Amino acid sequence: MSAADIEAIAAQWLERRDGEGWSDAQSAEFEAWLAQNHAHRAAYWRLKAAWSQAERLVALKSASPERSAPATPRSRMRPLMFRAAAAFALVAMVGIAAKIYFAEPAPRLYTTAVGERKTLTLGDGSQIELNTDTRLRIASGNTRKVWLDRGEAFFQIKHDEAHPFFVIAGEHRVVDLGTKFLIRQDSARTEVALMEGSARFESTIARTKPAILEPGDIAYATADTVSVTKAPEHTLANALGWRHGVIIFDRTTLAEAVSEMNRYNVKQIVILDPAVARLTIHGRFPSNDTNAIVNVAQDIFGLRVEKRGKEILISR
Amino acid sequence: MAEKTPETSIEQGDPRRAGEAMAVSAVEDWFVREVLPLEAMLMHFLHQNWRNKADLEDFRQEIYAQLLEAAEVQLPERTKPFVFATARNLLINRVRREQIVPIDAVADMESFGLASEEPGPDRNVIARDTLRKLHLALDRLPVRAREAVVLRRIEGMSRREIAERMGITERTVADHIAHGMRILANTLFGETPKGEA
Repeated sequence: MSAADIEAIAAQWLERRDGEGWSDAQSAEFEAWLAQNHAHRAAYWRLKAAWSQAERLVALKSASPERSAPATPRSRMRPLMFRAAAAFALVAMVGIAAKIYFAEPAPRLYTTAVGERKTLTLGDGSQIELNTDTRLRIASGNTRKVWLDRGEAFFQIKHDEAHPFFVIAGEHRVVDLGTKFLIRQDSARTEVALMEGSARFESTIARTKPAILEPGDIAYATADTVSVTKAPEHTLANALGWRHGVIIFDRTTLAEAVSEMNRYNVKQIVILDPAVARLTIHGRFPSNDTNAIVNVAQDIFGLRVEKRGKEILISR
Repeated sequence: MAEKTPETSIEQGDPRRAGEAMAVSAVEDWFVREVLPLEAMLMHFLHQNWRNKADLEDFRQEIYAQLLEAAEVQLPERTKPFVFATARNLLINRVRREQIVPIDAVADMESFGLASEEPGPDRNVIARDTLRKLHLALDRLPVRAREAVVLRRIEGMSRREIAERMGITERTVADHIAHGMRILANTLFGETPKGEA
């Protein structure tokens, strides 16, 4: 079989896989084809890599004409359907869930590497800026829904009464009511800071009432608690420093500053001494340059700095 | 070319799959990160050293297959020399088999700085170049295929939505998009930054 023939088949698989959900049988057939020989894998991976790089074309989207006639909004009644299904046997529920799953096109995945930033512009003019080491999925089709699986993102959402914008972060959900907000998601907790407009914060685990966030509010949520506090304006502004490639510290302990800096760099700073960790620093630091903060430790605090492989050790 | 038949048929819940999938994803990762960025250079090399241009695509495919086969055993420490050594061997074998081109036709390796420690292409340059190439690829597509690709990749529409919108069958949408994927890959990976191989 010629390279062109294999490539044509690989493209068909990729199109099918990208476009629609597929059945177990199709999936098995695809896996078998892929496993058959190296030429198949090479052709498929190559096309897949190109197609995934084409995600950058989304940047063009704001320039492209709006969809003239939005397809009839498919109502998103998933939670309700699940509740209804619970009344039936488990088997029935699984059946319905599977149907919903396969009926929905796969969401698009966007990621940033450590130290990388990326701005996505959506068709409705909304913008999402991804910070370092972030993983975000955007629902395909007509739903305005994204999943922040990991990392941090700043959302500037165009309000559309008929189509609320949902962000799902861990076990929590933010429903936008026309806003600018920042969400940070790590394994232990979710943090939502609202800059403008308003949004509703809901948690699926914690038995709390949804909270309406106002500008200046920061919601912190763990697996079982949610709290909302008011932050001074400059704290919010500082939290967005990364959009311009800086980290801003304001009476921050060295321990926190270092853990923040380490998010953006492969080179990791390690503080060996608890007394050192409690020192506080202020100022703006370039997020991609560990040296700046190491120099402060060395020159201003007179600490000992030792470089060992990918680690920079700081001690007294 | 050494083709392996699958050792097991793929079944639901096959216990081998989890472990195998991990190794395979490491190979894919290596292939995408280190091999594909060299494709423009590789195609240029093949182009310089082989008269019949119709063979080049098959050569590329075969070189990739050999690279993957080797990488599954162990990832090479330095990818670039490995890729070009593989390419060179393939050409030499072809020359021996076909007896058409003199062997010194493939002695051009040094002009690629293969012996040196030269790092791969600058990633920033690649990033800057990607968007331009994506535009170029879109321009190369027939109008209808371009429309389908844009609706899928940029608008995120499903196959059915695109079919309705364009007034064509879903089958045709799929063909347009598959075609678009191939043009994208060739434009993104196969060509030098100047846009010509």
